[in-house]
Amino acid sequence: MSKVEERKSEFEAKLKTYVGLPDGPVTVGRDPVNETMIRHWCEAMGDTNPVYVDAAAALAHGFEGLVAPPTMLQAWILPGYEMHDRSTMQSENKQLELHSLFDAEGYTGVVATNTEQEYTRYLRPGEEVHAETHIESISEQKTTGLGVGYFIVTRTLFTNQEGDDLGWMTFRVLKFRPSQPAAAADAEAAPAKPSRIKSPRGFDNAWWWEGIDEGRLLIQACNDCGALRHPPRPVCGACHSSEWGSIEASGRGTVHSYTVLYHPPIPGYDLPLPVALVDLEEGTRVVANLKGVPPDEIEIGMPVQCRVEDADETMKLPFFHPAAD
Amino acid sequence: MSESALVDIAVGTELPELPIKITTSLVVGGALASRDFTPVHHDRDAAKAAGMPDVFMNILTTNALVSRYVTDWAGPGAVIQNVSIRLGTPNTPGDTMTFRGSVVEVGDDSATLEIKGSNAWGDHVTGRVRLALPL
Repeated sequence: MSKVEERKSEFEAKLKTYVGLPDGPVTVGRDPVNETMIRHWCEAMGDTNPVYVDAAAALAHGFEGLVAPPTMLQAWILPGYEMHDRSTMQSENKQLELHSLFDAEGYTGVVATNTEQEYTRYLRPGEEVHAETHIESISEQKTTGLGVGYFIVTRTLFTNQEGDDLGWMTFRVLKFRPSQPAAAADAEAAPAKPSRIKSPRGFDNAWWWEGIDEGRLLIQACNDCGALRHPPRPVCGACHSSEWGSIEASGRGTVHSYTVLYHPPIPGYDLPLPVALVDLEEGTRVVANLKGVPPDEIEIGMPVQCRVEDADETMKLPFFHPAAD
Repeated sequence: MSESALVDIAVGTELPELPIKITTSLVVGGALASRDFTPVHHDRDAAKAAGMPDVFMNILTTNALVSRYVTDWAGPGAVIQNVSIRLGTPNTPGDTMTFRGSVVEVGDDSATLEIKGSNAWGDHVTGRVRLALPL
């Protein structure tokens, strides 16, 4: 098993331990079902159904008296104002713990995808709503439009103070690894000049970019047969071993091929932009921008030297310069 | 059960369209009336920090509007048994969500409607609502 697969199966084994667990202690609604909160709901929702606000109308329509809108079921158990600041919410909440586990593994996105509510009957003023939530299931890893992730389903059972069944609710959320970095969040704080595209860091290649962060150009090396390879990947193409380490490149190389981008303009990049495929003296090739040489003076075979430099305020990148000979 | 129960509940019957203007007041009012004080539903800065253009409607309000749409059509005596929805594009102020629906199943003691609420970005909500019969 490769390191990536090993890590994934360890992670998924940890996830499985959460399936079936109660989310926390039973929640009891802070207020019993009451006419005031029902009326506030109907006003905000624009719901003019008289059975929610007028006892006589409710009786005329076959109810035993005024009833709460069925979709208010969950509203009776929400904690209310304290939800505005998650840090003040005291919780022995397994679902939040599970979400943190996902966050730590890079699955930072969350989106609710489905919800279903079943109403055994309509609630009447005076009833106290109790709710008990379990983590019902966690899916296999799925690829979605938002990114790779897992679906988590929770089921909440609702009862009243007598233990009478009021209904249930399922809630399905996707915890995902965003396929696009959340650039929107920084949009307002963005500098006037847009930054370059960020380095794409995954399980298999983050270590290489971390080397660049430290100013080092690394080359992946097979621990078994010693073969070098780039770009980073989990398995040796020569002997199929998944055990690997790295060596630090000298940065000396020659231009194997190159292209110069004149058009179209891309935010964050200055044109013309020479992009070279460089033969490193160690034997692997690397793609990077060329600096310090006019585009019409670049030649295949010219000796170049790598320097890791600031590409902008947030990121270092390897750049090749004509070798000073 | 209800005297105004004069709706046609044959399979294929379409509900009248209901456009709902999405305003900041509706988003915030719905969130607070449903006790959902999650900041993205009432605080524009928090919504923007979460990558959204503005505050957006919470799920309880969506459910409330689905229920309102169905009982506006079926009458006050209708009893909703189940609401199962799939969530899509967010409802943000300035947009209009239009509900459409039709009867897809009629059983001995219940009928199922398929409903859809669409806004400028696509389908905000699609799902099914089961009602008790007779209406």
